[in-house]
Amino acid sequence: MTKAFLSILITAILTENFLLSKFLGICPFLGVSKKLSTASGMSLAVIFVMLLATAVTYPINTLLVNNDMAYLQTIVFILVIAALVQLVEIVLKKYIPSLYSALGIYLPLITTNCAVLGVVILNVDNGYNFAQSMVNSLGAGLGFMLAMVIFAGVRERLESCDIPKFMQGLPITLVAASLTSISFLGFTGIVDGIFG
Amino acid sequence: MAEKKSLGKEFTKGLIAENPVLRLVLGTCPTLAVSTSVTGALGMGLAASIVLICSNIVISALRKIIPGKVRIPAYIVIIASFVTIVQMIVKAYAPAIDESLGVYLPLIVVNCIILGRAEAFAGKNGVLASAVDGMGMGVGFTGALLAMAIVRELIGTGAISGLQIFPAEFAMIIFILPPGGFFVFGMLMALANKIAESKGKPKAELHGCESCPMAANCSLISKGGCDDNVKEATVG
Repeated sequence: MTKAFLSILITAILTENFLLSKFLGICPFLGVSKKLSTASGMSLAVIFVMLLATAVTYPINTLLVNNDMAYLQTIVFILVIAALVQLVEIVLKKYIPSLYSALGIYLPLITTNCAVLGVVILNVDNGYNFAQSMVNSLGAGLGFMLAMVIFAGVRERLESCDIPKFMQGLPITLVAASLTSISFLGFTGIVDGIFG
Repeated sequence: MAEKKSLGKEFTKGLIAENPVLRLVLGTCPTLAVSTSVTGALGMGLAASIVLICSNIVISALRKIIPGKVRIPAYIVIIASFVTIVQMIVKAYAPAIDESLGVYLPLIVVNCIILGRAEAFAGKNGVLASAVDGMGMGVGFTGALLAMAIVRELIGTGAISGLQIFPAEFAMIIFILPPGGFFVFGMLMALANKIAESKGKPKAELHGCESCPMAANCSLISKGGCDDNVKEATVG
């Protein structure tokens, strides 16, 4: 049992990293990764929203499936996530201002982030139960954070480099992302190796 | 601005001058993810274009009815409905494409190009102009996807949708793996910047917040922006 959870967790963090192998959430990956502080703040907010969204959408999905309305998934999920993020923002602002000041500014950005909707849909597609879904979301969030933090470090080094003119800006960032992604390819097969 | 431009210009701007992927840097996730094969890229481009055109038409038709404050949720519902329709059609008639697009098919809902065009164009312009704008952007998106997919599939497998160009043992498999996606996209972006520069246009940059459809509600902007580099929005 624990083994199965660990295998889902490690798969989500390392071998099927959301940013570097599934390409979900690339906008914040390229846009918010210039500084370590913003990168980690954004990642924490993503983990928080992913877990919350999974916890809320799981029972709703069961309800939809039981009533033969599974085709409404996409519409319902995106609306629930959007409403949820707004609600969390209001609640945090009112009751936990310290947490709000740390995560609040990133919350609106996450509503239409494909990583959050992606993890919710993947949980359904993979047929995970509630506990497995939560573990998968946690892993996806942690993997997001790991990739963001590593990449922020890479980009801080890039700042002081002498880069050919046509490569400056986005092109060199993408090539750096490619190299970071190669390093994650090294984890291929690690889950089968440990748990297989 | 739209009234003065002809419909032809609305269409062609999406192809090159305001190409959604290479100039506006929107929709990077599907561009990187589904460009491993030409068939997948075509399927994705077509599906996203249909959603884009239909949602542009409906949103511009309803633009005077939808109250400004709830426009984003309203846009999302309209877009999600069309995505669901496309999803059902693809599942029924082209299961192979559904298989290859996987989770990225429902994720068209959060494709920034579609919500971005709704916010920047369809919410402000007439039905015909919005439909043409959607078509242009759709073709531009499909074109960029195809350009990526041709390079990646050819170098990665030696073949283009089943047609063997060179022996598979010389293929560099890394090009169809994730790192290849980032690399080819980076090179394509560098090429696009080079061409833009020779025509005296600014190079494409990720606009962080402002091009994001949620920018209007985003408190990051008032605090100095995602990366301290908030610039004037160039979208729309």
